[in-house]
Amino acid sequence: MIRVQTEDFDAGAEIDAMRERCADADAGGLCSFIGVVRAGEGADQITSMTLEHYPGMTEKEMARIEAEARQRWPLADVLILHRTGRLVPGDQIVLVLTASRHRKASLAAAEFLIDWLKTKAPFWKSEETAGEARWVAARASDEEAAAKWD
Amino acid sequence: MKVLYFAWMRERVGIAEEDVELPAGVTDVAGLVEWMKTRGGGFQNAFTEMTVVRTAVNQVHVDLSHPLENGDEVAFFPPVTGGGA
Repeated sequence: MIRVQTEDFDAGAEIDAMRERCADADAGGLCSFIGVVRAGEGADQITSMTLEHYPGMTEKEMARIEAEARQRWPLADVLILHRTGRLVPGDQIVLVLTASRHRKASLAAAEFLIDWLKTKAPFWKSEETAGEARWVAARASDEEAAAKWD
Repeated sequence: MKVLYFAWMRERVGIAEEDVELPAGVTDVAGLVEWMKTRGGGFQNAFTEMTVVRTAVNQVHVDLSHPLENGDEVAFFPPVTGGGA
């Protein structure tokens, strides 16, 4: 399941909902990853950030990433939730939940999902500092993290 | 053909989207990029450094050799930066 929204999310409620959906799936492992907006340090410190995305492609790409994870691991359920719009340090930005019979599949799939999400889903962050806004540049380390799943 | 621009590509070209008739002789993304550069101004600036520009055709990531047809939805954008830390 994928979701793109401006509103905040309640990770606990999402986990409870997934556990209920998995009631008959004998899922013994449920893994969660929450991405949080960082303030940064020194000259890089930000006051807020704004997330732009490509409506239509975003949902397609997230669904493709979910399908890829389901092909690689025996998953009972998947949730990828990404926020857009203006966020401030400390805000939740992304939630990945995976459920499987045993822990290894859910842990590995959650890491895979966030790695691929970062390098393939069409979102762009613009960070606002005291006086200016700047587009965040992609990091080679994110590409390397995603490439290890190729 | 619908052409969309995101993030700093949108800022450089000065528009979010436009309708473009597939230019004569253009058969792939690389050809469209060359044509974009000839439009001058913000377009020339936006399409100069293609190592930092990504392309999607019909909402799927593609490379420069991907073929184009009139009616395609083409998007140009910087490398994506979503997700958490």
